[in-house]
Formats: sequence, structure tokens, C-alpha cells
Amino acid sequence: MADLKLELKEKIIEQLNLEDMSVDEIGDQDPLFGEGLGLDSIDALELIVMLDKDYGIKLADPKEGRQIFESVETMANYIEQHQTS
Amino acid sequence: MKTSYFIQEYCHIQNGAIWRNGESLYSNGETDFKTFIKAAYKTLDLDYSKFFKMDHLSKLAFIASDLLLSSDTEKNTALVLSNRAASLDTDRKHQKSIENENGYYPSPAVFVYTLPNICLGEISIKHQLFSENAFFVFEQFQAAYLHDYASSLLDMGRAEKVLCGWVDMDDEKYDAFLYVVAKNGIFAHSKEKINQLYQTPWQI
Repeated sequence: MADLKLELKEKIIEQLNLEDMSVDEIGDQDPLFGEGLGLDSIDALELIVMLDKDYGIKLADPKEGRQIFESVETMANYIEQHQTS
Repeated sequence: MKTSYFIQEYCHIQNGAIWRNGESLYSNGETDFKTFIKAAYKTLDLDYSKFFKMDHLSKLAFIASDLLLSSDTEKNTALVLSNRAASLDTDRKHQKSIENENGYYPSPAVFVYTLPNICLGEISIKHQLFSENAFFVFEQFQAAYLHDYASSLLDMGRAEKVLCGWVDMDDEKYDAFLYVVAKNGIFAHSKEKINQLYQTPWQI
């Protein structure tokens, strides 16, 4: 689980172009949107694509993203429960 | 009597160098655009985290416009930009992400930049402009067209100033020349002068 969280932090930084940020600056429970990392709606779509492309998870209902993408920890939990590849 | 307009400020970005009003502002000899523009962003001490999310065309337009607008308080500044390649640089990236049927993963963050005028939105957001804007695609730099369009906006009172110019980005080839047209300034706003400034980044 710790490895997955680290991997997610690296992917978030790389794929969302958070060039001024390092993995150490993202806490497992930090909110990804709003006052946390300040991600926006386009970033949310990128995260949905990332779940599909890298973990084989398709979100049937994009509204689910609100809970799944709350933090790195909630993402990691969801991936562990739903990963198919 | 017809009002006279002037070129207030201008800047160039090309071949790993930045000039403002004919003076070299930054140069690192770096030819790779991504490396060059990131180094320029850091050196110019810009603080705008959304910069890193922009495509190459928007980064080029953003840095060039910031050189001319950051100290300007006039909010009724129209934006009239042009180029040759439109958003081709980003269009190619998008095309690459959808060309394989078995790996069809278009990136939303890339897709939103597949129009050249998106860079006008980035500039407007940064400088809080709610002004007129237009983006034209020409085979080559058209001083006459930009001259007439800017003059018309000012004549009709649609803007107090006009940020005009050329921002072209195609693979590793990039070229930006922006200038501000206003009711006062250092050069007369003429087609000849615009062409002369476009062709000569350094002091003339």
C-alpha cells in the first residue's frame, strides 16, 4: 500500500505537471482538490484517464470521483479494491 | 482629424533568447523549447503555478505578454495575436494519443489546447482582462493586417490599448513578437515600423 501511494504521488506530479512539487510535499490524506493541491476539473478528468490507462479501472459514474479522488489514500484504497490489471 | 497611435513597448522570444524594447533580457543558448521556457520562467521570477499546465504555444504567448502587461494597469487592453501553425504543435500530441485503437487514451489536459486562441484566454485570466480578443492564422507575419485591426479597435473605442503580434510554435521552432499599441509611445504605429521591429529584435 505504501508503494502504491508513492507511485500515485509520482504519477500525479508527472501527469498533472505539478513541476514545483515533490512527493514529500503530498501527504497521504491531503485533499487533492480545493485548498489542498489545488487541482481543477481538467485534472479530475486526467485522473479518471490515469485510473483506466494504468490500473484498468473504468469509472462507470464520474460522480464517484468525488470520493475516490479525495486524497492519495482514498485513491490507493479504491485501486486496491478494484484493480483488474 | 484621424488620431495617431504609437507602439509603446515590444518584445521578442526566439532562438533561446528574450528581448524587450530592443534590449536583451534573457538568453541561455538553450534550443530545446521546454528547457528554455522553464528556465526563462524561473529567471524572470514569475509566480504562476498554472504555467506548467499550459501547452507550448500558451507558454510562449504567456511569457511574451507578461513582459509587456505585468506593469500595465490598463484593463481595457485588447488582444490581437496571429501565427502560422495555429495549434498544430498540440494537435500532433493529441493525434498521437488517439491513433492507436488499442491504446486510445486522449489526454483532457492536452485536448483543451487544440485551438490557438486558448492562449488568449490564459493571458486574459492572468491579467484579469475582459477585453476584445482575436487570433488570426496567416502564412506569414502580416503587419498591415494587424496595423489596421488594432487601429480600428482604438478608433471605435473598443479598447484603450491593443496587445498585438505573432506567436508561432511548431515542434521545436518558435517565434514570438508582441507589441503594445496605445495613444502614446516610443514609435509611430505604422506598417513599416511594425515590420522593422519584427525583423530586428535588438536595439534599432
